Amino acid sequence: MVDATYSPRPMRFKIRNLRLWLPLLWIVTLIIAAVFAPIFAPHDPLAQDLMLERLPPFFIDGSEPGHLLGTDSLGRDVLSRMIYGARIALFVSVIAAFSTGIFGSTLGLIAGYYGGWWDRVISRLVDIWMAFPPVLFAVLLVAVIGTGLTSVIFAIALIDWTRFARVIRAETMVQAQMDYVDSARIGGARRMATLLSEILPNVLPSIIALLALEMGIAVIVEAILSFVNLSISSDDPTWGSMISEGRGAIHFAWWVLLFPLIALFLTVLSFSTLGEGLKKQFDPVLK
Amino acid sequence: MLLKTVFVRLLTTAITLFGVAVVVFTLVRVAPGNPISMMLPPGATEEDIAALTALYGFDKSLPHQFMIWIGGVIQGDFGTSITLRQPVDELVLGRLPATLELSLMALLIALALGGLVAVIGARKRSTGTEVGLDLTSGAVLSIPDFLWGLIFVLLFGVLWPVLSISGRVDPRLDIDFTTNFYFFEGLLRGRWDVVSSTFSHMLMPAMSLALPLAAMIAQLLKQNLKEVLNQDYTTLARVRGFSETSVILREALQNAALPTLALVGVQFTFLIGGTVIVERLFAYEGLGNMAIDAVINRDLPLIQGIVLLFAALFTVINLLVDLSYTFLNPRLRNG
Repeated sequence: MVDATYSPRPMRFKIRNLRLWLPLLWIVTLIIAAVFAPIFAPHDPLAQDLMLERLPPFFIDGSEPGHLLGTDSLGRDVLSRMIYGARIALFVSVIAAFSTGIFGSTLGLIAGYYGGWWDRVISRLVDIWMAFPPVLFAVLLVAVIGTGLTSVIFAIALIDWTRFARVIRAETMVQAQMDYVDSARIGGARRMATLLSEILPNVLPSIIALLALEMGIAVIVEAILSFVNLSISSDDPTWGSMISEGRGAIHFAWWVLLFPLIALFLTVLSFSTLGEGLKKQFDPVLK
Repeated sequence: MLLKTVFVRLLTTAITLFGVAVVVFTLVRVAPGNPISMMLPPGATEEDIAALTALYGFDKSLPHQFMIWIGGVIQGDFGTSITLRQPVDELVLGRLPATLELSLMALLIALALGGLVAVIGARKRSTGTEVGLDLTSGAVLSIPDFLWGLIFVLLFGVLWPVLSISGRVDPRLDIDFTTNFYFFEGLLRGRWDVVSSTFSHMLMPAMSLALPLAAMIAQLLKQNLKEVLNQDYTTLARVRGFSETSVILREALQNAALPTLALVGVQFTFLIGGTVIVERLFAYEGLGNMAIDAVINRDLPLIQGIVLLFAALFTVINLLVDLSYTFLNPRLRNG
């Protein structure tokens, strides 16, 4: 192990770096596309043109030069909708992941450090939550609180907090046994202060790694809810609503499904690889 | 001691299920949209609305409604579906076989595929093949079932249309089975037309559910195999002249399998949870598909019944995994 740190074999070294850089490259591309969407998108993502419906992408006969990735059943430009879709995907992933992370980590820290009734109640809630099929839970929640992006984000936080709570609770319990926690307490620090200034920094790496994973999950959940028509209105350019439309028109216009699917695939893979990479980066044992 | 463990686990299972019942009941009651007014034709009189509301018990207080519902559930009465106007337990039990067949098929695929990749990886350890398999399974693992389903729809629905991309069975087939386990009953009765039709409908959704789990099994089982392969008794087997492959299959596999199985049990519940969206994607007539329709139609009794059934399924599987693990592993028996 020690040897590997000092003289890493060239092959391993490369792979490890690619595992961080390739996902970052894709995510930065997405961010640029999202921020400058009006500049990059060749068309208005909502503009319909029934004369130009179901145009194939550029590599198939019958395509139009202006519509690189073709058009959907209402003649809307697929590429432009994907670029604008990146905005919604990134917005949902960042806000949802942070809300979920803050909510879940707080409960995990409290359960792990204070123990007793706090732990019993929170752990029981985790058990109950884990007994729900997550997709059905999300569909049900959005049906209850109404459709729209805010509801989607709210639903993700309300369902997935258990992922953070379970991991952070276990890690907090380990940290709470450490000598440095005792010395802080002996030094006169109050319990809350010890939790925030001593334990939190030590579990933060796990929280960050989980955040990256959660961003990928949030994009998928938004797509799933769009797929069952419970996210924002189906006119809006989200990858999920494009996929939903593409699934319906699969025998006439498969490209409406293919291109957003590729975007979704790369995004989920990137976030999850990034999360795994960060976990290894922070973990002294795995390093 | 074992008895006490079983008792404590049964008790926590019951508490969890009760908690699920409270949560789902509360959720569907605060949902906007009045299911009664959706049932009646426009222009229904106030009396009609009141009569129907009373029939479904929606005029009583929430705690009272909850008590009535829970009391019924304990006696096996889950209420009546608002949209389909049939007893919820009949509807739900009618769809359960489809979901169970799909989940079991997916589990089998995951075990076979993951096991195979793990054995190959352990056989070729410290080579480029192992690195390649690791990278592949890492990537496969991070793609959720929903995306695999869409990829399969494109591959085998459009590019190479050999499999059916919607439904559970060819509707033209005449099926007069006693159960809704079309695949299993078809096998027993020798109705190969039904078996092949259900199989070709099930294969893609099952693969979508199986792939992430297969990747997880491949990683974990290979890890365990590699640990076992460093131990003395496997070295002894090699000294006695067994080939590396037969050392893995005859000596290492059964010892490496136990810790893997503990994880597979928990992951199997996640797989069943995944059926909800995968069934929707392939228009497969199972519980999950029915559940989403029930939510869209605000069919409160049906939603409650399906969620409770899923929760019961999950907690019972977890319970069985825990107990069998305790039973199979002597070190945990007193824990």
